[in-house]
Amino acid sequence: MSSDVTPTATPVKTTGLHIGYAEPGCRKVDPILVADGVKRTFGGLTAVDVQHVEVPRGAITALIGPNGAGKTTFFNLLTGFDKPDEGSWEFDGRSLAHIPAYRVARMGLIRTFQLTKSLGLLSVLDNMKLGAKGQTGENLFRAILPFLWRSQDKEIEAKAEDILARFKLDTKKEDYAASLSGGQRKLLEMARALMSDPTLVMLDEPMAGVNPALTQSLLDHILDLKTQGMTVLFVEHDMHMVRHIADWVIVMAEGKVVAEGDPHTVMANPAVIDAYLGSHHDSDLGAEDPEHEHVLKELLDDQQ
Amino acid sequence: MIDWGAIFSNAAQELISPTTAAYALAALGLAIHFGYTGLLNFGQAGFMALGAYGYAISTLTFHFPVWAAVLVGVGASVVFALILGIPTLRLRADYLAIVTIAAAEILRLLFTTNTFDSVTGSATGLQGYKGGFAALNPFTFEGTVGFGPWQYNAYDWWIRLVGWIVVILAAVFTWLIMRAPWGRVIKGIREDEDAVRALGKNVYSYKMQSLILGGVFGTLAGMIFVLPRAVVPANYQTSLTFFIYAILLLGGAATILGPIVGSMVFWVLLSFFSGFIARAVAAGWLPFMSQVQAGQLRFILVGVAIMLIVIFRPQGILGNKKELAFVK
Repeated sequence: MSSDVTPTATPVKTTGLHIGYAEPGCRKVDPILVADGVKRTFGGLTAVDVQHVEVPRGAITALIGPNGAGKTTFFNLLTGFDKPDEGSWEFDGRSLAHIPAYRVARMGLIRTFQLTKSLGLLSVLDNMKLGAKGQTGENLFRAILPFLWRSQDKEIEAKAEDILARFKLDTKKEDYAASLSGGQRKLLEMARALMSDPTLVMLDEPMAGVNPALTQSLLDHILDLKTQGMTVLFVEHDMHMVRHIADWVIVMAEGKVVAEGDPHTVMANPAVIDAYLGSHHDSDLGAEDPEHEHVLKELLDDQQ
Repeated sequence: MIDWGAIFSNAAQELISPTTAAYALAALGLAIHFGYTGLLNFGQAGFMALGAYGYAISTLTFHFPVWAAVLVGVGASVVFALILGIPTLRLRADYLAIVTIAAAEILRLLFTTNTFDSVTGSATGLQGYKGGFAALNPFTFEGTVGFGPWQYNAYDWWIRLVGWIVVILAAVFTWLIMRAPWGRVIKGIREDEDAVRALGKNVYSYKMQSLILGGVFGTLAGMIFVLPRAVVPANYQTSLTFFIYAILLLGGAATILGPIVGSMVFWVLLSFFSGFIARAVAAGWLPFMSQVQAGQLRFILVGVAIMLIVIFRPQGILGNKKELAFVK
């Protein structure tokens, strides 16, 4: 583990992830997460309707798409926070259907949230220690006998301090998490996810609300996850970031996967531009979501 | 002239009274529910009623020994917690509040109804269940013993001793589990249960454990509560739950000693105001007020005192001011 993350100008991209032509639902050489026919409707609205999608192991995969494309719903379905109407999906060869969220997390699939969920009135260190798996002292009856869990707690604390130092939060460890800035809370949430040694980290908009000074550091941490052998799947709107760090991009629109491929190819794909344009084709131009406008400009710039 | 000595002596007696101990223990249970786990239990009176009736009915109807009667009460409250928790703990916090307040009222009405009069004594309640507990009393002295305002007979000392030992044991137990990783998970659930779930903790099971544990504390409190008096269903109205909430907020919601200190302050103040007002009316200081009206005024004054504390010290007497600074 590197104790200090140095900014890498050009991250090493993992290539050769897929088998055959890079089309929606294409097969991967070594998939870690496979979803088949996952469908979720809210009343008359079909939020997610994914035929088939595979997430490659040991790579950074970005999930992009316009607002309302069903990215977060898809995240919730995969992690057990929501139940699909139909479909099957498996993680590391084990089916995740009907498995509650906490058991999914114990299997090594840890997620973060779009709206950061740092536990405000717990100290930063307690936030971290909560992330560790298999703690003896978390059993009510063993909890009253400190000698049963004290030594394990010390080990967890040492590990937490090590990770906090990497994320440059070690000076804040005694503070309440509520006193951290928005960007620091994102860092804390990501650091906390690492406490359980996950195999797949799912980040829901890790950059939302993070000031530009922290962005580079967050990016480096995400790249660092890959070098440590973890798989990353993240939802993001910032196309610069996606192009910079993603090895593979999956594009969703109106609940479906509409394109897949490496970042540069995907962003030149007309289907992707359609996805962003199409979602607003009947609305007034003045009401255009500025975020989408920005993304579109970037996509169109790419084509020239 | 007003007898200040009697007013202060009566107020001082409340400091260690079994009622104070019972309220402190019930508030400690509520601290586990509300202060640490964030569960809105508005049915603590129901748990206390189960303790009181569980103990009294086992003793009177089934002639159980003391230990078995205590176990029946505790068992009943575990079942009650499961019935409340299984449907509601998966839902948002407010559902538990609605269900607990209703369930506690259902229990009280079941104990009041004439249908079960032979077992519950309906509205007149139960008495004559103290023999088994009194027989365990190691104190054998005659008359009253004590110091200052605290002069009691052997049975009264025995109740106080047992009551406060139970409170101390419960407080030590709570302190131990709250500083352990178990308490960390519980406090995490209070802050954001989805985040804790995403870290691989079985949130539902932890909330259930918390509900049962705090409920059992309430049940034990219900037993201490009826040792110096009779079991009367009217004691277990919703207002009992709100008095316990007042004590909890007074002392500090997420603290161990807060409920105990809160209970002492609450009862000492209540006794002081009631003694003072009754004597002030008798002395003609408040000519516009009758004795009956004076009996109600003490609750108004305690309410004002609690309001002042909550306004000027919102974290409670022992709470951490810093915790409030971040509350959104």
